[in-house]
Amino acid sequence: MKVLPCGDEAFLIEAGDLETVLGLNAALTGCPPPGITDLVPAASTLLVRFDPRETDRAGLARRLAETAPLPVGARSGEEVTVPVVYDGEDLAAVAEHTGLGIGGVITAHTSAEYTVAFGGFAPGWGYLTGLDPRLHVPRLETSRTRVPAGTVAIAGEFSGIYPRPSPGGWRLLGHTAVTLWDSTRPVPALLRPGVRVRFTAVADAG
Amino acid sequence: MGNRETAACLEVTLGGLAVRFPDAAWIAVTGAPCRIDRNGRSEAVNCAIRVAPGEVVVLDRPTAGLRSYLAVRGGFAVAAELGSRSTDLLSGLGPAALCPGDLVPIGEDIAGPLPPIDVAPVAAPSAAALTVRVLLGPRQDWFSPDALHTLTRSPYVVTSQSNRIGVRLDGPPLTRSRGGELPSEGMVAGALQVPPNGKPVLFLADHPVTGGYPVIAVVRTDDLPVVAQAVPGQALSFRVTSLAS
Repeated sequence: MKVLPCGDEAFLIEAGDLETVLGLNAALTGCPPPGITDLVPAASTLLVRFDPRETDRAGLARRLAETAPLPVGARSGEEVTVPVVYDGEDLAAVAEHTGLGIGGVITAHTSAEYTVAFGGFAPGWGYLTGLDPRLHVPRLETSRTRVPAGTVAIAGEFSGIYPRPSPGGWRLLGHTAVTLWDSTRPVPALLRPGVRVRFTAVADAG
Repeated sequence: MGNRETAACLEVTLGGLAVRFPDAAWIAVTGAPCRIDRNGRSEAVNCAIRVAPGEVVVLDRPTAGLRSYLAVRGGFAVAAELGSRSTDLLSGLGPAALCPGDLVPIGEDIAGPLPPIDVAPVAAPSAAALTVRVLLGPRQDWFSPDALHTLTRSPYVVTSQSNRIGVRLDGPPLTRSRGGELPSEGMVAGALQVPPNGKPVLFLADHPVTGGYPVIAVVRTDDLPVVAQAVPGQALSFRVTSLAS
């Protein structure tokens, strides 16, 4: 585990794997060192932002390096089913790249059980782990300038759903009509860390 | 303005704002200095301005810098979302950007009386090439030693493909020392993120929470306000510094 400098108000912890990231995130959330203002977990890193007026930087770096990840219990979050029309712009390319064919890609994507590991990128965006290893494809070399809201996509080891129109470099498999973010809901995000997700193929997003 | 520090104000990019005040108001303009016209009268930046009912205030294109700020005594009472009244361009959270015809309510976010000063001593943004201090990392090891040299040896020019999310810079590409993809990781304002084409993007206030391109260095927090006033065509020269341990 490495604690890397990230400007003068943050450290980036290189934890190596997602399990360690979530364990560190739980440890630092449960018992936060003074001065920490934000924790941003990601695939293999945890960004720790702090207020330099409230904490001693070197001391915080040492404390972070010594933090033991908490064991993360079995995820027992709610389950969400996402109906998808598999008509994405990259579906054919992914089918060819993986050798699975379009039907094979859809079967592989809908057969898995996913878990929301962490958020980021946009409100309502959740990085879903559990993607079939045969569907691990790289991001586009050049991002699209606009991916429509509700687009279901994959990149690397993750799957995700674009909650609103935005630039995007992921491979597009299809679209859904599910609302991923609603500020008026008591809990605005549908996909929160721990939530389990399944995709089903439908003819009409409805 | 005597407002609470959390009161909302307007950010005006490259001037061009015309606002009518149906009721009397106290206003102030700071940031990038610009001509201020109040119903035909010239006003100055960095001081309290009394606006009479029905008067129109126009902010011209700034003479230096990029972003001017218009505050009104009481702040603006637009709806807050997740505790903030800010418009966030990337996430879409908060109020939409203003359009002609919009009515913006004035609030009561007052902390005390108007400060008894004539002009606030605010330094004007510079139109010259800017020196920007950076701290290397977290991913400087993704770049060749040549790239680290290039970063500080040559100026990078602000392009017009820039906004609150980030500044796209033009200049010599920064070459990586390794291939492969970086898993998305948390990002900070001031990060110099380098996409495959080697031309860095400098993240600003509305930057994405996470990103998958390596960050070679991060601008020091104190230098960010200077960067935020850089106009397209202006040059940034990066200087590597280190923190006292």
